[in-house]
Amino acid sequence: MSTAAWLRLALMAGLFLLLEIFCRIGAIDSRVMIPPSEMVVSLVSLLQTRQLAVDMLQTFGAIAIALLFAVAAGFAAGLVIHALPRLRRALDPFLATYYAVPLFIFYPVLIAFFGISVLPIIIMGFAFAVVSVIMSTLNGLDHVPRVLRKVARVHRLSPFSTVTRLIIPSVAPHLFTGVKLAVAYCFIGVIASEFIASSTGIGHAIAYAYSDFNNRTMYGLILLIVTVVITINMTLHHYEGKISRRMARRPAK
Amino acid sequence: MSRLVRIGDILLVLLAILACWQLVYLAAGDVAMAAPAPTLAYAFELLASPRFWPHIGETMQAFALALVFSVLLGLGFGLWMGSHRLSSEVGEPILVALYSLPKITLYPVILMIFGLGMSAKVAFGAIHGFIPIAIFAMNALLNIRPVLLKAGKTMNLSPQQIVTTIMLPATLPEITSGIRIGFSLTLLGVVIGEMFASKRGLGYVIVHAIEFADTQTMLAVTVILFTFAALSNALLLRLDNTLHRRP
Repeated sequence: MSTAAWLRLALMAGLFLLLEIFCRIGAIDSRVMIPPSEMVVSLVSLLQTRQLAVDMLQTFGAIAIALLFAVAAGFAAGLVIHALPRLRRALDPFLATYYAVPLFIFYPVLIAFFGISVLPIIIMGFAFAVVSVIMSTLNGLDHVPRVLRKVARVHRLSPFSTVTRLIIPSVAPHLFTGVKLAVAYCFIGVIASEFIASSTGIGHAIAYAYSDFNNRTMYGLILLIVTVVITINMTLHHYEGKISRRMARRPAK
Repeated sequence: MSRLVRIGDILLVLLAILACWQLVYLAAGDVAMAAPAPTLAYAFELLASPRFWPHIGETMQAFALALVFSVLLGLGFGLWMGSHRLSSEVGEPILVALYSLPKITLYPVILMIFGLGMSAKVAFGAIHGFIPIAIFAMNALLNIRPVLLKAGKTMNLSPQQIVTTIMLPATLPEITSGIRIGFSLTLLGVVIGEMFASKRGLGYVIVHAIEFADTQTMLAVTVILFTFAALSNALLLRLDNTLHRRP
């Protein structure tokens, strides 16, 4: 591990310890926050319950479905929009504004439409993620070397094999960045929706524990989310670095 | 002429969105949706009504305060990490991980620390907004072309001159991009904050309308927020593009 990674680990451990001490000596009220070690204990005991297994299945399942649809639809939409420059120029201001709008305000509309179920939650996850995939696809397509398109024409590739053999591999690194963002957005969309109004899922369990003044459960669950998100993020970050290093080694177009 | 065509195209997209809204309304009926035309009319009615303005004022006040904190915190962290390479290597993954965290899960913690009301909303807005500002500012400083700094040294510029004539102009476009994104996220944070922990403000009006199944008010306030977010984003985007296009 590099020096930076060690320092980062030490920093996190130090913050953890500091929080622990503050909570133990009562500088942080136990009604506000429980010591980190107790969060871990609470999480371990929660992980053995059936309820959490059900909630995790629902939340992570919803995230996976939303992500799958967002990547497929976002990539397809990106291809279409890129092929129609006039449409793209008209859509540009809307794409740029998309994340400026607090999307959660539409969640109640979806509930009114579909009732409280997993469907509006999946739609929210999808809606959060899809635009980041569209934007990264467009960005990637802008960077496809023109010579590749010429090669495709010289070899008389069908549009389908042009996309699968040339476009996708050369868009892949940009797309990966978009997918990384999409994962984060899916988590945010799904868990926040569950938090706002839902009858199942981890987000709901946190909101429920909060209104129930059940700090142990609440912090255990928050720790679970934080750990899962950070692990996924670090893994993707690692692969992204690998891909971009591999691209950098490639001879220039 | 091409500019006119483009504006026409944008209006067409807007019309298409309104048409979809109308179709959804026709499919869903009065209970779940309100039609676009009456909702827009109602939005103007709200904007004209003196009872509505305190809510706007409350949201804007929280938003302005949160934005100040976002920018100060973001620039503070970003400039520190950007001028010290080891700090950036240590801190960047932490910031990126925090960025991807669904911050709503931290909402109970914020509420317990700050209590209900203004300070919780401001804190919630600021934790949403400061991270992109920090990341952009850090990268802007790290990516200054070394030749510029070398040129400054050969010309014997004082540290102060290096900051004002090289660093500031070189980083301003990226920092503006960061602030644009931070602006949106701060607004998002404040509105979500109001939805859960307030008796005033636009977020509260939305939640209140949801509880009474008053879809028209809910959608009208949504449209007002959307318009505000879209217009301010367009302005910032313009500034952003102008700065990026400078030689």
